[in-house]
Amino acid sequence: MALEMLLLLAFPLAGGALLALLGHRQYAAEINTAFSILTFGAAASLVARVIAEGSVTALEEQFFVDSLNVFLVALTAFVAMTSSLFSRPYMRIERMHGRVSDAGMRLYHSMYQLFSFTMLLVLTTNNLGIMWVAMEAATLTTVLLIALYRTHASLEAAWKYFILCGVGIAQALFGTILVYFAAERILGAGGVSLLWTHLDAVKGELEPTVMAIAFVFLLVGYGTKVGLVPLHNWLPDAHAEGPTPISAVLSGLLLNVALYALIRFKVITDGALDRPFASALLMGFGLLSVAVAAFFLSRQRDIKRMFAYSSIEHMGLITFAFGMGGPVASFAGLLHMTVHSLTKSAIFFAVGHASQKSGTQLMENIRGLVQVSPTIGWGLMLGTAAILGMPPFGVFASEFLILTTAIAQQPWAAPVLLISLGVSFAAIFGKVQGMVFGEMSSSMSGSSGSMSGSPSAARLAHRPAMVPAFTHLALVLLLGLYVPPYLADWYRRAAQLIG
Amino acid sequence: MLQHYGPQVINLLAAVLLLLAFAMLAQRRILSLINLFAAQGLVLFLATALVAALTGQTHLYWSAGVTLLLKVLLLPWILHRLIRRLNVKWDVETLLNIPTTMLVGIVLVILAFNVAAPISELAGTVTRSTLGIALACVLLSFLMMITRSKAVPQVVGFLSMENGLFFAATAAVYGMPMVVELGVALDVLVAALILGVFVFQIRERFDSVDTRHLENLKER
Repeated sequence: MALEMLLLLAFPLAGGALLALLGHRQYAAEINTAFSILTFGAAASLVARVIAEGSVTALEEQFFVDSLNVFLVALTAFVAMTSSLFSRPYMRIERMHGRVSDAGMRLYHSMYQLFSFTMLLVLTTNNLGIMWVAMEAATLTTVLLIALYRTHASLEAAWKYFILCGVGIAQALFGTILVYFAAERILGAGGVSLLWTHLDAVKGELEPTVMAIAFVFLLVGYGTKVGLVPLHNWLPDAHAEGPTPISAVLSGLLLNVALYALIRFKVITDGALDRPFASALLMGFGLLSVAVAAFFLSRQRDIKRMFAYSSIEHMGLITFAFGMGGPVASFAGLLHMTVHSLTKSAIFFAVGHASQKSGTQLMENIRGLVQVSPTIGWGLMLGTAAILGMPPFGVFASEFLILTTAIAQQPWAAPVLLISLGVSFAAIFGKVQGMVFGEMSSSMSGSSGSMSGSPSAARLAHRPAMVPAFTHLALVLLLGLYVPPYLADWYRRAAQLIG
Repeated sequence: MLQHYGPQVINLLAAVLLLLAFAMLAQRRILSLINLFAAQGLVLFLATALVAALTGQTHLYWSAGVTLLLKVLLLPWILHRLIRRLNVKWDVETLLNIPTTMLVGIVLVILAFNVAAPISELAGTVTRSTLGIALACVLLSFLMMITRSKAVPQVVGFLSMENGLFFAATAAVYGMPMVVELGVALDVLVAALILGVFVFQIRERFDSVDTRHLENLKER
C-alpha cells in the first residue's frame, strides 16, 4: 500500500524537479507526458489495491484512500495524463506562434508536474493541515502558468487569481485552525487531532458552535477555489487567459479537488451539528452559482470564458446535490463530478485547437469548424452536446438524478434549476452551433492566404491531438449507459458517508 | 514571576499586534510599511516564545524560531530588495481615504471580537482572550489588501494576514502540529518569491506596479 502511495506522489514531484533542471529541450514535452503516464500507472495500481482490499491508510495514517477519494485520484491522474498528451502538440504550436519563450516552456512543464503533485496530495492526505498546505501550493503553481503569455490580460488574470484565492484560502486556514481547536479538546494535542479518520470517528463529540463557525470560514475559503458565486470572479479570467491545457486541468481537476476538501469538512460538521447547517449553506451557494452562471453565459464573447462560466454552473449543481444529501443526490453529485471533469477537459482540448486554427478566442470570428477540420468541429459539437446534458451521455444521467431528487426533496429549487439549465442550453448551443456549422467568414479563409480559401489551409504546424478529447467523450458516453459495478459501489459508499 | 506576569504580557503583545495592524492600515509610505511588517513579525516572535515558556510546549520554540527567521529577517529583506530593484519610493496610494479606512477597520474589530467570543469561552489556553485580536488582525490585513492600489502593499497585506492566522493558531491551540506549520511557512515563502517575480512582470508590461491598470477584465 505504502509503495503505491509513495510512487503516486513521487512521480510528479520528481518530474517537476527533472523538468526544471532540463529546461526547454525538444523532448521536454515527451518527458512531461512520460511522467504523467507513470503517475497514472501508480494511480491505477493504487486503485487495484483498493478494489482488492477496501479503504486503507498508509504511512502512519498520514495518507488514506477510501471510496470517496479513490475515484478522484484515478480521475485526476487520468485527466492529467490525457491533458499532457494534448499539451504536447498544443504547446509546440503556441511556441511556434511565438507566444511562449524558452524559459516559459521550462516553467510550464515543471509547474505542470508540480500542480499534479499538489492535487494528488490534497486528495490522498489524511491530515487536514497538509490538505490546506497542498491546496495553497496548487494556487501557487498555477499563478505563473496563467501569466505564461505575459500579455496585459493574462497578468491581470493571474494577479486577480492570486489575490482572490490567497485571501480565500487564508479564511480556510482559519477554519482549519478552529477545527483543530475543536478536535484538540477530545483527541488531545499533537498530530492525530488533524487526521480526518480520527476526526470522523469522534465527530459527534466535537463542539457544535466551533464547528459551525469553522465551516463558514472553510466554505468561503475552499468555496473560492471551487468557484462558487459570489467568490467566482477569478475563474473566468484565469480560464480565458491561461494556456488551454491549464484551463482544462483547472476546470476538470482543481475545482473538483477543492470541492472534495469541502465535502470532507461537511461530513465532520454534519456529525457535530444536529441541524442541517452545512447542507443548507451548500444548497444556497450551489443554487446561486447555477443561476448566476447560467445568465452570464449568454453575454460571453470569448469561447474559453463561456465554458469557464459553464464550469461554475456545473460546480454549483454538484454543490447543490451534496447539499441536498441522501443516497441518490450524493450519488448523482459524485457521478457528475466525474463526467463533468471528463467532458469539460475534452471541450477545452477542442476549443484550444479551434482557437489556434482561427487565431482568435472570439466566438464571432470562429466559423465553419466542420469544414476547417472535421475532427475538431465534431469534437466540440459532441462535447457541447454532452455537457448540456443530452442523452445518452453521462451528464444526462447525473443531471436527471439531481433534478428528480430536487423535485422530490426541495421543490422550491426545482424551477430555478430547470430555468437555469434551459437558459444555459440556449446560450451555449446557439453559439457553438454557429462556430461549428456556420458559414466560414472571410477572415478565416483570408488567413489561409494564397491557398485561395481551401479549408484545410489553416493548417497547424503539428497534427492536432484530438484523441484525448474523443477518449474522454467515449468514457462519458460509457458512463451514461453503464456504470462499472465497483465504481457504483464506491459512489454508493461515498454517498453514505456524505449523508 | 513568569507565571504571574506572563499572561498579561501576552495580552499586551496582542494589543501591540493590533495597534501595528492599524498602523499598517494608516501608513502611506511603502518603506515604513515594510518596517511595520517586520515589527509585527518581531512581536509575533516574542509572543510565541513567551507562550512557549509559559506552557512548556517545546514545538512552539521551533515555531518562534521559524517566525524570527522568516518574518523578521527573510521576508522584510526580500521586500526591501524588491523595492530597491524596482527603484520606487512612492507613497502608497489608497483607494479609500485613511480616516474612512480606519472607521471600517474599527467595525471589523468589533465583528472579529463577536465571532471569536463563543470560541474564546471554550478555550482552555492562557492566551484565549487574544483570539479576537488575532481574527481582527486577519480582517484588517484583508482590508488593507482591498484598499491599496499598488502591488507591493497588497503583497505586504497578504503576508501580514498570514501573521494574524499564525497568531490565531498560537492563541487558540498553542500552534498547529509542526509539520503543518512548516508547510504553511514554506507556502508563504514561495508565495513571496513568486509575487516578487510577478511584480516585475507587471512592471515590465505596464511600466507601473499600480494594480489599477489591472482592471480591464470584467463583465461588459
